Amino acid sequence: MSRELINLIIEATGESLFMVSVAALLATLFGLPIGIFLATSRKGELFAAPAVNAVLGIIVNATRSTPFIILVVAIIPFTRLVAGTSIGSGAAIVPLTIAAAPFIARLVEAAIREVDAGLIETASSFGASPLQIVFKVLIPEALPGLVMALTLAVVSLLGYSAMVGAVGGGGLGDLGIRYGYQRFMPEMMLAVVLVLIVLVQTVQTAGDYLARRVNRRLRHR
Amino acid sequence: MNAHQSLAVARAIPSVPTISASPVEQDAMVRFEAVSKVYPAYRDKPGVQALQHIDFAIPRGSITGVIGRSGAGKSSLVRLINGLEKPTTGRVVVDGRDISSLVGRELRLAQRSIGMIFQHFNLLSSRTAADNIALPLEIAGWSKADVAVRVSELLDLVGIADKHDRYPSELSGGQKQRVGIARALATRPNVLLSDEATSALDPQTTRAILDLLANINRELGVTVVLITHEISVVRQLAKEVVVIDAGNIVERGHVADIFTRPKHPITQSFLAEVLGDNIPVSLTSRLAPQPIPGGRAVIRVQVRGTDAGDTIVARLARELAVDVALLSARIDEIGGQHVGSLIIGIPGGEVTARQVLTYLSQQQFPVERLGYVA
Repeated sequence: MSRELINLIIEATGESLFMVSVAALLATLFGLPIGIFLATSRKGELFAAPAVNAVLGIIVNATRSTPFIILVVAIIPFTRLVAGTSIGSGAAIVPLTIAAAPFIARLVEAAIREVDAGLIETASSFGASPLQIVFKVLIPEALPGLVMALTLAVVSLLGYSAMVGAVGGGGLGDLGIRYGYQRFMPEMMLAVVLVLIVLVQTVQTAGDYLARRVNRRLRHR
Repeated sequence: MNAHQSLAVARAIPSVPTISASPVEQDAMVRFEAVSKVYPAYRDKPGVQALQHIDFAIPRGSITGVIGRSGAGKSSLVRLINGLEKPTTGRVVVDGRDISSLVGRELRLAQRSIGMIFQHFNLLSSRTAADNIALPLEIAGWSKADVAVRVSELLDLVGIADKHDRYPSELSGGQKQRVGIARALATRPNVLLSDEATSALDPQTTRAILDLLANINRELGVTVVLITHEISVVRQLAKEVVVIDAGNIVERGHVADIFTRPKHPITQSFLAEVLGDNIPVSLTSRLAPQPIPGGRAVIRVQVRGTDAGDTIVARLARELAVDVALLSARIDEIGGQHVGSLIIGIPGGEVTARQVLTYLSQQQFPVERLGYVA
């Protein structure tokens, strides 16, 4: 493979990592509070607001059931509004964030719901406020689950980021489609797939390690 | 002094303990006033009347047991005390304040003077023993330095100073409950609520934890409310007891009185558990309904109160010159009173048996003829 092509791969990898990391960060920023709220706002729960919970649940489901490629196209006007353009890696961050946030929210909800309800009751019995319960009990106790959730989200984002290539989003997917498919360069396609495999493997391994580190439940010294 | 005289002296001592008019009403730490609790129907679950007509007081500085079968309403009762639940009607007054009327910040402040320990300990797995104990102090806004000092004191108090940096997964059940107790006491509460705190522990650890609670009550003057379904817990620790069944208080008073003269079937069934009033199987298999020549009549004697039930065998031998055979016996002490039963075998035919029954009845022991053995 020529040096030129290798440079293309390196450049595309950089774009993919940029898109994925910024989108993951933003999606977490939105998804984490939404997930915590979803997990604590049913009837009788900490922030009981069953109506809001139901509406939010529907929005989250709607976003998640829209195929990503359709979501990307459907929100182009919004993307242009936010990013100034609808083409390139920067613009791709918008649909990536919108797709990943509800996904993260559901994963966070599941992780938070895993926390023993007895612990919430315990903290309440000490006079803890709902916010204190979130920050001192729910998040620390759910941390291993939250780390696994974010790992899963980043892996999914890597997959999504390859798809935005189809609409000019740049990155590894873009490279694979344009060179590997349209110019029929199977070695390029293979290279792109290999890089993605390495990235996913790295993220998953790092996530697993981190989740183990923060899990005090079964760790014995 | 002969035997008759010594007996006369013994009988002259009042056998019933003097009970002050109504100590429970004097200085109440917790007072339930006409409380009922109904959980309304929700979705497919029908409504539940958890508690009704609850009217009683828990004396300041006491150790009060609340005993009942599962589903009797114990958990609702304890959660009304620390404001985790609101009564449907009536009010719950804790340390002079109507906790059932408090909401939001005021309720949270009041809750800091009520500690609670749990059956499954409810420790945060993500925090060390020390940090678990620090939790209520952080919630109350203590400074880091004050928290550190207080946590060390508490670890010493509960006897696990060496477990400071251990995570719950590295502690035994007893050690976890000690952390739970230290955490409950962290903000120096006036009331310590124990919700089945020893139900998940083995008997030996249970004893140690109950001893610790007794010490804490004695040394810190904390009012202890023990919610339990185990009579052994009430017996070992409590002075006052409330028996609840199907959401109602069926009996309450001094442990000694309630358990020496149980009136309600539930109380009686609880008592039967510790006393093992049942006839041993080895004996029932040998029991005959008709006298057996050369055999013995089998009599059960109930022992309740301060009467020296444990000397019955010796007294029968002395007074009636009967060779009493002790077939089975279980006498326990509850609140300083003897409670239990003896099963004795009386040789010498029907005449002696009648003599013994008459004698014991005269001495106010409830007796019952079970049958005959060879």
